[in-house]
Amino acid sequence: MAAPDRSAVAPLAREPSDPLVQAEDVSFAYGASPVVADVDLAVHPGEFVALVGPNGSGKSTLLRLLLGTLRPASGRVLLFGRPPESVRDRWRVGYVPQRPVLTSEVPATVREIVSTGRLAQRGWWRPLGRNDHRAVDHALESVGLTPLADRPLNELSGGQQQRAFIARAFASEPELLILDEPIAGVDAESQRRFRSSLVHLIEQHRGAVLLVSHELSAVARDLDRVVVLKERILFDGAPAELMAEGVSLGIHQEDLPLWLEELG
Amino acid sequence: MPWPIDQLPYPFELTFMQRALAASVAVGIFAPTIGTYLVQKRLSLVGDAVGHVAFSGVGVGVLAGLAPVATALVLAVAGAVGIEQLRARKKATGDLALALFFYSGIALGVVLISYGDGLNADVNKYLFGQPLTASSLDVLLILGIAAAIVGAAFVLRRLLLSVVIDEDWSTVAGLPVRFANNLLAVLTACAVVAAMRIVGILLVAAMMVLPVASAQALGRSFTGVIRWAVAIGVFAAVAGLAAARVWDLAPGGTIVLVAAAVFAVVGAVRRGVTARLLQREGRP
Repeated sequence: MAAPDRSAVAPLAREPSDPLVQAEDVSFAYGASPVVADVDLAVHPGEFVALVGPNGSGKSTLLRLLLGTLRPASGRVLLFGRPPESVRDRWRVGYVPQRPVLTSEVPATVREIVSTGRLAQRGWWRPLGRNDHRAVDHALESVGLTPLADRPLNELSGGQQQRAFIARAFASEPELLILDEPIAGVDAESQRRFRSSLVHLIEQHRGAVLLVSHELSAVARDLDRVVVLKERILFDGAPAELMAEGVSLGIHQEDLPLWLEELG
Repeated sequence: MPWPIDQLPYPFELTFMQRALAASVAVGIFAPTIGTYLVQKRLSLVGDAVGHVAFSGVGVGVLAGLAPVATALVLAVAGAVGIEQLRARKKATGDLALALFFYSGIALGVVLISYGDGLNADVNKYLFGQPLTASSLDVLLILGIAAAIVGAAFVLRRLLLSVVIDEDWSTVAGLPVRFANNLLAVLTACAVVAAMRIVGILLVAAMMVLPVASAQALGRSFTGVIRWAVAIGVFAAVAGLAAARVWDLAPGGTIVLVAAAVFAVVGAVRRGVTARLLQREGRP
């Protein structure tokens, strides 16, 4: 059994505190076909939660509901205790989209892109100040991209690009980081950097992470909870409890994907 | 009024050439600045579509006896915002939205003008551009619009970059995506109308796109691309206008041809450099 190795932080996560994001009995359907049904989910400060499920299980839809870009057909979503559409300081949520659409018609450097992560917090009409540049430098450093900061993004590998998008989300110093399949097809070095940057956010900044991924081996030891979704929530608990049911997250990398496939 | 540039040598020694030079250089600065964002947004031809809508505005002005620049500006802003609305609401893909406005604009302009006095010199001035007949007021207007466009594009450069690069993420991050897109549309319309007296409606989009196409190969950052594009735009304006005077050519077309020639040279040099590098590394 692999216990979370963030023993100094894990007890904090169990303290009663208001959830950063919360879904209460949330359902959503595209037309007549339900995608997400009766979902209850909460992520608290300092928690590292993985959301897994077979393809088409409603994971991305649930993320969009939590972010407020979709509205639930029934039930309610609260982001920082308010309906997502009325949250003004949205920079408190960092978002790393799945396969970010970034056409490279015009080369933009890693630093230019990461700097855009400061805009919402700073006020988009204001020039970036010293603190903003420091936050951008810190974000670049935490994903290990400082040496590549002034290179055009489209010259970087897929894994490096993904780290740049994580740094963009980090730049706003978010309280909640939501990542949609960020490490699909990413090299081992990037996965290692990815893990340490998430742990850094949780340990140093007491942020919370909600990670959608099929590939949990890189972070298996750090997770507080695993949530399994297939339209409904089938499991929500500590990785150890899931392992007790015979599903391994990290020891055999194939186990979780195979199990999810059987679910699908 | 004394011009700060009235001591220039041939071919810019005459006042009308100096006015044309000031206005053309302004176009060389603001058109590529806006164009860099449009190219990244994959809306390279939006300047053309808005230009054709502006042409129908010229038609309205000629027919109604109003200042064609003013009516062109009103219709160009409406057209640019309309294209943006169609694109943003996904009612039409970007290029289909452009085509709708492109053809409706030119058709309306032709009908309006045929209803009036027919195609006359006044209309030709807007279709093909006549910088040599620009008045002091024209030049001041163009310089004012240039300052507004460059100022807005500089102050809001990070917002515009965020939105043109990753609209979905910008929305989730809480940035004013709709405002940024509409602002870009309005700035495009202002740029088109300001530039149409110089390079003409038919060629206005060229100055938004050609310098950027060359700059993409030279710049190593978004800011770097804008700087290169502006440098190439200014060079094309000065060299094109000089060549037009010396060889008595159409100034608008010559300016655009210089910008196209720069693109060809940059492309050829870049291919040559790449080939030499590959050869040095022993690759075919």
